Amino acid sequence: MMPFRAFACIPAGIGALTRLPVFLSRSLSVGLLLVLPQSILAQGWDMREGVTDISQRIQTLHHISLFICLAVGIVVFGAMFYTIIAHRRSVHPEPANFHESTKVEVIWTLIPTLILIGMAVPATITLRDIEDNSDADVTVLITGSQWKWHYQYVDAGIGFYSNMSTPTEQINNEQEKGEHYLLEVDNPLVIPSGLKVRFLTSSDDVIHSWWVPDFAVKQDAIPGFINEAWTLVDVPGIYRGQCTELCGMNHAYMPVVVEVVPAEEFNTWIEDQRVAMELAGEAAVAARSRDWSMEELMPIGEAVYLQHCATCHQPDGSGQGITYPAQAGSLIATGPVDVHIDRVLNGVVDTEMQAWAPQLSDLDIAAVITYERNAFGNDMGDLVQPLTIYNSR
Amino acid sequence: MIAHADTIPPARHPLIAWILRWILTTNHKEIGTLYLCLSFAMFIVGGAMAMVFRLELAQPGLQYVGADFYNQMVTLHGLVMVFGAVMPAFVGLANWMVPLMIGAPDMALPRLNNFSFWILPFAFFMLLSSLFMQGGAPNFGWTLYAPLSTTYGPPSTDYLIFGVHLMGISSILGAINIIVTIFNLRAPGMTLMKMPLFVWTWLITAFLLIMVMPVLAGAVTMMLTDRHFGTSFFSAAGGGDPVMFQHVFWFFGHPEVYIMILPGFGVASQIIPTFARKKLFGYHSMVYATASIAILSFVVWGHHMFTTGMPLVAELFFMYMTMLIAVPTGVKVFNWVATMWRGSMTYETPMLFALGFVVMFTIGGFSGLMLAIAPADFQYHDTFFVVAHLHYVLYPGAIFAMMAAVYYWLPKWTGNMYNERLGKIHFWSAVFGLNLTFFPMHFTGLGGMPRRIVDYALPYADLNMVSSVGAGILGLTQFLFLYIVVDAIRGGTGKATGQVWDGAEGLEWTLPSPAPLHSFHKPPQVD
Repeated sequence: MMPFRAFACIPAGIGALTRLPVFLSRSLSVGLLLVLPQSILAQGWDMREGVTDISQRIQTLHHISLFICLAVGIVVFGAMFYTIIAHRRSVHPEPANFHESTKVEVIWTLIPTLILIGMAVPATITLRDIEDNSDADVTVLITGSQWKWHYQYVDAGIGFYSNMSTPTEQINNEQEKGEHYLLEVDNPLVIPSGLKVRFLTSSDDVIHSWWVPDFAVKQDAIPGFINEAWTLVDVPGIYRGQCTELCGMNHAYMPVVVEVVPAEEFNTWIEDQRVAMELAGEAAVAARSRDWSMEELMPIGEAVYLQHCATCHQPDGSGQGITYPAQAGSLIATGPVDVHIDRVLNGVVDTEMQAWAPQLSDLDIAAVITYERNAFGNDMGDLVQPLTIYNSR
Repeated sequence: MIAHADTIPPARHPLIAWILRWILTTNHKEIGTLYLCLSFAMFIVGGAMAMVFRLELAQPGLQYVGADFYNQMVTLHGLVMVFGAVMPAFVGLANWMVPLMIGAPDMALPRLNNFSFWILPFAFFMLLSSLFMQGGAPNFGWTLYAPLSTTYGPPSTDYLIFGVHLMGISSILGAINIIVTIFNLRAPGMTLMKMPLFVWTWLITAFLLIMVMPVLAGAVTMMLTDRHFGTSFFSAAGGGDPVMFQHVFWFFGHPEVYIMILPGFGVASQIIPTFARKKLFGYHSMVYATASIAILSFVVWGHHMFTTGMPLVAELFFMYMTMLIAVPTGVKVFNWVATMWRGSMTYETPMLFALGFVVMFTIGGFSGLMLAIAPADFQYHDTFFVVAHLHYVLYPGAIFAMMAAVYYWLPKWTGNMYNERLGKIHFWSAVFGLNLTFFPMHFTGLGGMPRRIVDYALPYADLNMVSSVGAGILGLTQFLFLYIVVDAIRGGTGKATGQVWDGAEGLEWTLPSPAPLHSFHKPPQVD
C-alpha cells in the first residue's frame, strides 16, 4: 500500500510524471543489464572505452574488477539465498551446532588475498604508464579559475580562455536544450592527433579538476602547484568533459571541450592563432586611437556583461546576496569611475571577483563598465574609452 | 545508585519537572533515548535536504533552487547525516545496550554522559543556523576542501567550525565513557573474549573516535586561523598547501567511515545468530577482522586523493592497502553466511534488515574494491559512481543496521511488540526505494556525470529521474518507521516477554521487558 501512495505524491515526479513509462522501462532495463553485462556495453552505460590506449586499458581493468565482483557476488549471495530458503525453520527445524573452524577461516582469508594480488598486477602496470609524463611533443598549461579554463601553449606562446557557451535561456528552461547542453564552449582546446601531449594543470583560485573521460585524464588543478598528466589520441574528433572538483557556485558550468586535429592542421591552427593575436593587437591599437560613442559601447558592453558577469551579478544586475553584490545602484557602479575601472581590471583579492585585465580587451572592458554605469537604472551618463583602460592597466 | 533526577524537589510544576528530568538525567537508558530522538530528528532534516537536491536533479536545467543553495544543501546533508544522524544513533544505541549487555548498572561516567549528549543540540543549532545567515550556509561540500572553504567560504563557515568542534568534544567524551565502561564494569566472569560482538565493535569504534576526532578538530582549527589570523596552512601564497588539508581531513575521514560502520557489523552479529538459532560462526575471527579493519583504516586515506598529483609510490601504497581491506571485510561476510548455514531461520523484521544490510553492504564493498584500483579511480573519482558507492555502504550499512537494532531491541526498550506486518512493509519499501535511488547512480557516474553538480548534460536525464523518484519513496518510508516506533511505544501489538526472541542469547534478555530504569543492581555472574 505504502509504495503506491508514495509514488503518487512524490514531489520529484511532478514535472515529469508524463515521462513515467519511459523511465520505468529504463529502470527495468537497468535490472536486466545486471544479468546481461554485454548489453551494458551496447547501451553506453558502461565506463567509456575512450580513444586512448590508457582509457581502453582502464576500461579493461574496470571490466576485470567488475566481473570478479560479479563472480564473488554470485557465489556468496548464491550460498546466502540457498541457506535463506533451505534452512528456514519450517523446513529445517533443528539448527546445527557448529560455530568454529580455523581451517575455513584460513581458506577464506587466503583465497581473496590471491584474487586481490591477481587484480593488483595489471593495475600496477597501468598506473606506472599513466604516471610516465616523459617525452611529450606538445605541452599545454591548463589553469582553472571560477568558472572557466585558461589554455596556454607553452612552446608556441599563445593562449586563450575557454568559457561555457550554453545560453542562460537553456539553463532556465526558456529555450529548447541543445545536443551538447552544458558541454559546449566558445574556444575548445585544440591538440594534435598522434602526438604525446602533456597537460600541466594549475589554478588561479580554488581547486578544480580537468577531466576528459575519453582520454581517461583527470587531474586536479591546485592553486600554487602544477600537476602533470598526458595523453596520446589517434582519432581526430571533439571530446567533452567537465570540471570534477566542487569549485563554487558554477561548478556545473565549467565544461572541457578538446578538439583533436591531424598534426599538420594543428600547426596551421597555431599559425592562425598567432596571426589572430597580432590582428587583435592591431585592433586594440585602432580601438584606443579614437573616441567611442554611447550607442557603440552599450551593445558591446551588454554582450560582454551577459557572457562574463551575469552568472553572478544576474542579467538584471540584481546580484545574489552579499557574495555577489548587485550592480543596480551599487557604490562601485555609481561611484568614482577610476575605482570601478580598478575593480574590473584587478578584481577583489580572495573573492570570486576575478581580475579581468588578462581576459578581456580594452574595448570590452571599457564597454562593459560603460554598460554597468548606464544600465539597471544606474544612468550615470559617463562613457569609458578604451584608451582610459589601456592607460589604467 | 541514585539518579540525579530523583533528587529534584517535588514541588515544581509537573511539566517543568518533566523537562528538567530529561535535561538533568544521568541514566544511561534515558540518555540513550535522547540520543536516538536527536538522531532521528537530524535524519529527517538531512533527508529533507536530500529531497531538495533530488528534486532539483530530477530534470536537467534549473527548476527550483539556485546553484549556491544547491551547494549548501549538499554540504549540510553530508554533515548532518554523518555527525547528526549516524554517529548519535550508534552512541545512543551504545548507551542503551552496552551496560545491559555487559551486566553493568549504568555507564561508568553518568554526568559526563549527560554532558556529551547536551553538547549536541547546541552544535546542530550552530550548524543549521548558518542557513539563515547573510551569505548563506557553508557551500563547499562536507569535505570542507580548502581554499574553497577558507579564502572563499561564506562568513557562516566559522559557525560550522565551532559546531564541528562541539560535535568532536561530544564524540570524544562519549567514546571515553564507553571505553571506561567496557573495561571496568563488565559482570564477573565476562572476559573480553566473551563480550557480545556489538560491545567489541563499539570498543574498537570508541578507540577510533578518540584517535581521529582530534585530527578533525585540528583541521578545522587550521581553517579558522587561515580565515582570520593570517596563517597560511592551506594557502600556497603563504607557503602552505591546499592538498595538506585533504591529507589531514582524510586521515580523519577514512577511519570516520569505519566509525559509522563497525557498530553496524556488531548489530548484524547479534541479530543473525538470534534468528538463525545458532551461535555466531567464527567469533574470534570476527573480533580480529574488526580490529584489522580499524588498523587498516589509518593507512588508506590517500585513496580519496589519487587525482591530486600524488607520486606513483604513494598511489601504489594506498591502492594495495585499500584492496587489503577487502580481506577482513570478506571474512565478516563469510562468517555471517556460515552462521546462517544449516540454522533454523525465521525472518522477522530485525532479521530482514540485518540480511538487507549484509547483501547491500556487500554491493557497496564491491564498488569500494573497484574504486581502490587506482588507474580506474581516475575515471570513477568525483563522479556519481562514488555517490552510489558511499550510499550503498552507509545506507544499508549504517542506517539499515540501526533500524535492525531498533526493531530488535524495541520490545526490550518499550515492553511492547511492534507491528510485525508494518515492519515488513517498511523493510521491503525501503529496499525498493534505496535501490531505485542509488543503483542508477552507478551508471550515471560511469557515463561521466560528476558529483555535486546542480545541472547536468542530457544523456543523464532518465536515470536521474529514476533516482529522484526512488529518493522520494525512500523519504516516505521514514515516516512509516516513525509510525511503527510510536505505535510500539503506545502499546503496539501486545506485551513482550523478557526473552522476546526465542533464539536470543545475552544478558539483556535476562531482564524483564521493558527493562527497568535501573538494572543490574547486583552484577550477574557469567560462566
